[in-house]
Amino acid sequence: MQLVYIELKAGKPTEGSLSALCAARQLAGPIHALTLGPIEAASLAPYGVEKVWVVDDERLRPFAPTAAAKAVHQAIQRLAPRWVVAPSSPEANEVLARAAALGGWGFASACTQLAVDGDALNLTRVTWGGSLFQEAQLKGTPALISVDLAAFSPQPSAAPGATTLENLSVTLSDGDFVDQLKAVEKGEKQGVSLADAKVVVGGGRGVGSEEGFNMLVELAGLLNAAVGGSRVVTNNGWRPHSDQIGQTGAQIAPDVYIACGISGAIQHMVGCKNSKNIIAINKDPDAPIFQRANYGVVGDLHEIIPALMDEVKKLKGK
Amino acid sequence: MEVLVCIKRVPDTGGKVTLTADRRAIDARNLEFAISPHEECAVEEAIRLTEAHGGQVTVLSLGPAETAEQLREAIAKGAHQGILLESNSDDWDSQTTSQAILSAIRDKKFDLLLFGNEAADAGQYQVGPRVATLLKAPCATGIKALRIQDGKAIAKRQEGNDWAVFELPLPAVITVKEGINKPRHPSLRGIMAAKRAPIARIPLEKPAPSMAHKALKLPQESQGQLTMLGEGKAAVPALVDALKALGVL
Ligand SMILES: Cc1cc2nc3c(=O)[nH]c(=O)nc-3n(C[C@H](O)[C@H](O)[C@H](O)COP(=O)(O)OP(=O)(O)OC[C@H]3O[C@@H](n4cnc5c(N)ncnc54)[C@H](O)[C@@H]3O)c2cc1C
Ligand SMILES: Nc1ncnc2c1ncn2[C@@H]1O[C@H](COP(=O)(O)O)[C@@H](O)[C@H]1O
Repeated sequence: MQLVYIELKAGKPTEGSLSALCAARQLAGPIHALTLGPIEAASLAPYGVEKVWVVDDERLRPFAPTAAAKAVHQAIQRLAPRWVVAPSSPEANEVLARAAALGGWGFASACTQLAVDGDALNLTRVTWGGSLFQEAQLKGTPALISVDLAAFSPQPSAAPGATTLENLSVTLSDGDFVDQLKAVEKGEKQGVSLADAKVVVGGGRGVGSEEGFNMLVELAGLLNAAVGGSRVVTNNGWRPHSDQIGQTGAQIAPDVYIACGISGAIQHMVGCKNSKNIIAINKDPDAPIFQRANYGVVGDLHEIIPALMDEVKKLKGK
Repeated sequence: MEVLVCIKRVPDTGGKVTLTADRRAIDARNLEFAISPHEECAVEEAIRLTEAHGGQVTVLSLGPAETAEQLREAIAKGAHQGILLESNSDDWDSQTTSQAILSAIRDKKFDLLLFGNEAADAGQYQVGPRVATLLKAPCATGIKALRIQDGKAIAKRQEGNDWAVFELPLPAVITVKEGINKPRHPSLRGIMAAKRAPIARIPLEKPAPSMAHKALKLPQESQGQLTMLGEGKAAVPALVDALKALGVL
């Protein structure tokens, strides 16, 4: 049997949890689900779930990682699944990592491919923020995995059977709630975020300074774009970290990304690989960014950007 | 306050990654190495906390002998001492790594243990929460703002525009994300002092991991269809046309 850890948001399974159910269908055996809160069987029935185990302890809301991990650990011990599958979300990974530590079990996160191989599971997983993949073999019973949301899209099962609900009680003490979420502070609603912007103007080391970015900010204003940058730029304090694009920054997916004075390191490109079009401006014709770009201009951005802005202003009649 | 920071040594790859012939690792013969970014910020956070509250920062890393370079880099910035869990094996998974870290620190007393949210290379999101669990310590992950007040760690995680707030009694485990601070550069004096700083070397046996590493794989690159628009200012008309064609203008 495989146990799929279902994350709930407002009582409904998250998209990632449905992806986890689809990934579980690639492994052998009936599929059971585990939720730490009430759920309607109908929301999981299309995905071929035989049984949903519900741990309904109100104290588990809001998020309480130590308690959640103990609950999952006890459920796994009780139900003795062969595989435990979860979405590779921050909270599910935290809960599974801690349950795995309690049980002394192996856990592979962010998997993109799964294949049972005798006693073991051959898997591929995301490393380096998506710029490289790792092939590995996971041994032991139970074995825990979480699946990359992009790799498994939620498809209903071709022949779903009936889905039943059953309560599962766990033993939790007050001390288990020591690291429960205390509060949520509402932040200011920002303008267009980097992640949602249709056009992004990005700058790298080639921009040269904090002042150098004034030009890019102005261009972004003219093009209705958001401003981003490389890690060199945020490390130098030319722009805040929230502007960083890449493995340890934001993932962007604009229609057009204009990358100025950026070399195209893999850790940067992994943050902008979902851009529909990349326009690169770089003085080095051999810069790696040109291998990933759709349009390229070779030259000094300090000449090109002002000239471009003059043209754009003319066009807009300013 | 006594702070432990667990850091990982990773290759600083540029625009193109090449793998070794057996595909087990990145070919790092011509590469520099760095402290994995989230942990670089964890080191900075630890130094700032001890500057404010007193105490010492211990940096710990599991890796080959050369990992002493990254420990010394952290010491040059203001950490006080290093522990190197020395191993040439690439077979460490999160489970065996967290067990090795636990054995090394079992007899020591730390008020705060800082980790990266995920290591830049393996990216398992596990070692911090696993160590917390083995220590029976509270834990908060993905933290981008931290302060210590009345013996508690007040830690905030960014979720869209909002901040999830956790309040953990010490000792606590916190995993941080880049952006929590802007790491300092080491001073010349720091670099000189770090050369003589104490690093305890503990050799480790080869691990027996649940997750055995097999190989690395480069993603399928869809080669971009590059259109060169020209050189310098002379390319601006073509650039404007491209922006029009793409609907930006
Ligand atoms: C684990 C890890 C995680 C990382 N995460 C990130 C991340 O999230 N985001 C990120 O961006 N980086 C990240 N990096 C860093 C990354 O490897 C590169 O170091 C960084 O992206 C380089 O930034 P850059 O392109 O601005 O600088 P450089 O690589 O120095 O490139 C500058 C470019 O500008 C060009 N140039 C210079 N002057 C001009 C001019 N006047 N006009 C036009 N062109 C000019 C040069 O030809 C060169 O190509 C990470 C690294 C590691 C090891
Ligand atoms: N070999 C190691 N040595 C020291 N710390 C490590 C090591 N591997 C992982 N860590 C720490 O654990 C965090 C999470 O790692 P991971 O679970 O692999 O993503 C990292 O950000 C580091 O702080």
